[in-house]
Amino acid sequence: MPGELLRVVTAGSVDDGKSTLVGRLLHDAKAVLADQMTAVEAASERRGYQGADLALLVDGLRAEREQGITIDVAYRYFATNRRTFILADTPGHVQYTRNTVTGASTADVAVILVDARTGVVSQTKRHLAVTSLLRVSEIVLAVNKMDLVDFAEDVFDQIVTDFSSAAANLKVDHFTPIPIAALSGDNVVEPSARMPWYAGSSLLDFLENVEPVHDPDLPARFPVQVVIRPRTTEHPDYRGYAGRVEAGVLHRGDKVQVLPSGRVSTVAGIDTPDGELEFAPAGRSVTVRLSDDVDIARGDLIVVDGDPQPVLTRELTATLCWLTDKPLRAADRYQLRHTTRDVRAIVDGISSKLDIETVSSIDADELDLNDIGTVRIRLAEPIVVDPYSVNRSTGAFLLVDEASGATVAAGLVG
Amino acid sequence: MTAVLPPRTTAGLERAWLTDLEDEAIHIIREVLGQFERPVLLFSGGKDSIVMLHLAQKAFWPSRLPFPIMHIDTGHNFAEVIDYRDRKVAESGVRLIVASVQDAIDSGRVTETPGGIRNPLQTIPLLDAITSNRFDAVLGGARRDEEKARAKERVFSVRDDFGQWDPRNQRPELWDLYNGRHRTGEHVRVFPLSNWTELDIWAYIEREDIEVPGIYYAHEREVFERDGMLLAVTEYTQPREGETVHVESVRYRTVGDATCTGAIRSAAATVADIVTETAASTISERGATRADDRASEAAMEDRKRQGYF
Repeated sequence: MPGELLRVVTAGSVDDGKSTLVGRLLHDAKAVLADQMTAVEAASERRGYQGADLALLVDGLRAEREQGITIDVAYRYFATNRRTFILADTPGHVQYTRNTVTGASTADVAVILVDARTGVVSQTKRHLAVTSLLRVSEIVLAVNKMDLVDFAEDVFDQIVTDFSSAAANLKVDHFTPIPIAALSGDNVVEPSARMPWYAGSSLLDFLENVEPVHDPDLPARFPVQVVIRPRTTEHPDYRGYAGRVEAGVLHRGDKVQVLPSGRVSTVAGIDTPDGELEFAPAGRSVTVRLSDDVDIARGDLIVVDGDPQPVLTRELTATLCWLTDKPLRAADRYQLRHTTRDVRAIVDGISSKLDIETVSSIDADELDLNDIGTVRIRLAEPIVVDPYSVNRSTGAFLLVDEASGATVAAGLVG
Repeated sequence: MTAVLPPRTTAGLERAWLTDLEDEAIHIIREVLGQFERPVLLFSGGKDSIVMLHLAQKAFWPSRLPFPIMHIDTGHNFAEVIDYRDRKVAESGVRLIVASVQDAIDSGRVTETPGGIRNPLQTIPLLDAITSNRFDAVLGGARRDEEKARAKERVFSVRDDFGQWDPRNQRPELWDLYNGRHRTGEHVRVFPLSNWTELDIWAYIEREDIEVPGIYYAHEREVFERDGMLLAVTEYTQPREGETVHVESVRYRTVGDATCTGAIRSAAATVADIVTETAASTISERGATRADDRASEAAMEDRKRQGYF
């Protein structure tokens, strides 16, 4: 994503203090307004809490406030002089994988919280596995509640060592550890005076300055959303293809192929209501005109010639994050949604799943809620994919239950 | 809420994050046309729905808007807003549907509340209009930063046959793959402005030079104070005993039912002034101006569960 917008996901187990951290970040970054703070103070008092519970700023549902837990992903917005932030706060219980996958799928940075008293637990490894699998480019290990371990450096070092070994198993090449105390604000916005042994930046300072790595350069990928045909007196013959550039940079004059048909043409123009563009980078919503009158519909993919080329296929090997209670078994049928295309799919076989404790693959014949596994999928019609490791957009898909319409899995093309 | 405005670049108003937000919203609006048979865009004449209409027109340019817009009319309107609405409709040639709360009251579908506040009464006319027009996608201008229950909302949010929202049973929403699949009788609410803040809305109005109704700008008006809010003297809102009327320079931060929408003291005469004022504000727009959200900690969640915007 270009520009100054940074998308951050926070993940942690129950009671790691995520909502408190987010509340603290918003409060100390001066993104909480007076009336919102007054409401939090009043609600805290009503519950008999000592002082204002900043978690109440983000726990938006009645059930969350009553139970003192976060149930669903909440999005928060704040800005500093350097950047505008979108923060997805993902809860750590029951549907933990589902929530973390949701938040991580669009994130540039993941902040994984660990309680300094309990250290790295299996939930921590799960969050690390999910964020690295989804290719969140920057991972922060925030060791929280340092005040409850007397700000001890050796406690922090041990947690960093444990986290490093799990990271190495998952081939995560770098992460940034920060010791914090969200309740009192140490190292959240301002550097802490109580941990002189820590020389790194505060969490906000890190978020303001980090430069996330974007997808490697691919020849442009442009899935067609809608065909624009005004048929007005002003534009009697206009035919444009509306969509969003999902990889690379699309230029006027580029030689392109329309897939799956394979027809070739040239980009005659890249239109926006504000005027024509010479080029459009990934992320831009534009309307493309081609020099030839080819038959194009929603679901087609316009790709610029060049390597690596996308793969046209009716068979996929993919990693699935299973997001629903009913387990996945071989031969189950679903609707598969990839870019702007829907095709019917059969899961031919389940090869393996990830064992979180050992962070390694084990044999499996079904996937349960929160499982992450490798499967083989057969499609009724071909789709055009890149590996997820190359592109987060053309490498991603959903499985949808045909009867209920529910999203049951997040898929990554292997 | 955003409290700090990132600095402008030398290009003047070329703020990069606004382009990101615009691209995302246009992508979402185009997905609606791609995935649904009968979409509709909710239009109140308020700033968020004005930005929505602007984005929807950009999304399909040079085609005209390929679906109608709908106003859920409380009957307690600001005249400037209705004038604006009718002028926009005439200029753009979009088709306007009006669903009236007054009609619903007259026919006995809903009952007037004791305080005369009609915002919560919009739910039934809204759901009735969705059913009778067989709309399957309803585009709304709600933003997640407005209110903490809204912060839990999906971009594509399924409503059951009763129009209800079940916040504990929402579909996961991954990447920019929006799942609009639904069963007969269900419909999907779509919120392209989910990731926008109030400040983004004003900065975008400034960048795109979009016209908004005059009540958003500072003007002299007869007002009186009630429950810590400044209410205008209108045919629906008259001062009670002990409430004194005086003339002040005010403007509106939100546009809703005139009986529960308060004005703020302001001298902001231009969009640039409003951007500056919004950036410096220490009170949220709903806290400042909406009596209906002060009812309880969960007032918005309860209304949303029943099918409100």
